[in-house]
Amino acid sequence: MHPAYSVILFTTSSGAGYGLLFWVSIALMTGDMPHTHWSFFFTFALAVALITFGLLASTFHLGHPERAWRALSQWRSSWLSREGVTALATYLPVGLLGLLSLLKITTGAEPFLALLCAMGAVATVWCTGMIYASLRTIKEWNLTLVPVVYLALGAASGGLLMGLMTSIFGGQNRWQGAATLLALGVVLVLKLVYYRHIDSDDGAYTAAQALGMGTKSIRQIDPPHTRPNYVMREMGYDVARRHALRLRWLGLLCLIAIPLVSILLGMMAGLPMLFPYLVAVITAAIGLMLERWLFFAEATHVAMLYYGAPRA
Amino acid sequence: MTCLPKTTDKKLGLVIDLDICVGCHACVTSCKEWNTGGYSAPLSDFDPYGAEPDGAWLNRVHSYEIDNDHWKGTVHFPRSCLHCEDAACVTVCPTGASFKRASDGIVLVNPDTCIGCKLCSWACPYGAREYDQDDGVMKKCTLCVDRIYNETLPEEDRQPACVRACPTGARAFGDLGDPASAVSQSVEERGGFNLLEEFGYKPVNKYLPPRKGSDHAPAVPTTPAKTTGAPIEKLFAWADRALSR
Repeated sequence: MHPAYSVILFTTSSGAGYGLLFWVSIALMTGDMPHTHWSFFFTFALAVALITFGLLASTFHLGHPERAWRALSQWRSSWLSREGVTALATYLPVGLLGLLSLLKITTGAEPFLALLCAMGAVATVWCTGMIYASLRTIKEWNLTLVPVVYLALGAASGGLLMGLMTSIFGGQNRWQGAATLLALGVVLVLKLVYYRHIDSDDGAYTAAQALGMGTKSIRQIDPPHTRPNYVMREMGYDVARRHALRLRWLGLLCLIAIPLVSILLGMMAGLPMLFPYLVAVITAAIGLMLERWLFFAEATHVAMLYYGAPRA
Repeated sequence: MTCLPKTTDKKLGLVIDLDICVGCHACVTSCKEWNTGGYSAPLSDFDPYGAEPDGAWLNRVHSYEIDNDHWKGTVHFPRSCLHCEDAACVTVCPTGASFKRASDGIVLVNPDTCIGCKLCSWACPYGAREYDQDDGVMKKCTLCVDRIYNETLPEEDRQPACVRACPTGARAFGDLGDPASAVSQSVEERGGFNLLEEFGYKPVNKYLPPRKGSDHAPAVPTTPAKTTGAPIEKLFAWADRALSR
């Protein structure tokens, strides 16, 4: 599948934003971050900014961005619509909580609003993953593992941002560091399982099934068009296997290994955590982009059976 | 609404006979010609006379060389929307622009509400939907919905443009939900099949397989033909003897 930059930007940015929203909401609920302090407000604002930037980026690849509001209507059948609905619904508690924090008003409803924010974050990221996981035409996506990976990546990237913001404001939040390291470990395990799975799955469908005949051999002799069409460009994107393997390791190195080592070293040396988290956030951002690019580039589509793919 | 209708009153669709399709692309060009002025207008092209011609087309004809247990040879293979009963392209649509009509089963895109997110094209296993980058919306076969019910057209023209254009009669249009219809009968007689049956989207359009051909190329006879004793044969026998001397 063609890796559209707007979609890569959208899913990574909003994923990290919702991850951060989740952790900052949890911190408010556990009393680790009082909502009347600037540390909370700016961390919360960063989450909202990343989410909003991501959602706006997602409209860049639309043919008619001005009609995007229509995507809220078909939540009964469409995961993309559900994502839009949950994303918009999450803005309600987010807006209220942000306003209360900005105005330093305490009402007692903050933990409840934070709970709604955290639930909205989880629901939205789940829907994002399900948009891909619900497509039976793409075997690398049609897996329960896919939305789980999206959640874990959101938790890990949001956790790193949370650590960075806490260290900027000089806070101490020990469980946050542990939770982030745990999320990074979970991502590593899930991605290794995911790569192992897609490598072992040759695809259940053959060109003979696509054409309904040709049990011994099928060869394209005349293409239907002289240059690649939309279907070939969108669905036929192919990344060299050798490159994909290198990019996988590079992605996991940037996304998991360097942040893990950086944070652990910082913790053990008892240094201020700003620098280790800064390194972790920057390399994880690169790793996340690589991971998401590969998620698209390595995905194969059943329609390519008509264009010479033997299996899909 | 992008939820699919439980049943449709009719199942309008095409039956494509792979035995007699000659791969002339008349269905492709007539489809483009009609639909760039009809329901799907415009069907944009980019650089049509240049080095990288590109554009939205609703019907494509592949040519394959196929080896089957009972058949071996070239198959010209028209591919367009199959108007599936379980059309995932409809259910994934976030706006309701994609829909399947309960009256006749035709799957359509409303060009006024489509946001051009392309998700429907990802959901289609047949690669039947194409994005029109100029119009910013998704285009697909409408089964010429603006012809088949069009009472301003002569009755013989109330068929999809591709069916009217086919010079060999390889394409037929009708109600595949009615077992008595001509299209259902031909599917019954010829063993019509679904593309990617295993995928389970229950396409309405059917394909008729190439007829079983001879396994061997005809060879020059090696044994002499029997003699009948006719005068002309005696003349040839005499000529043969005379020339062999």
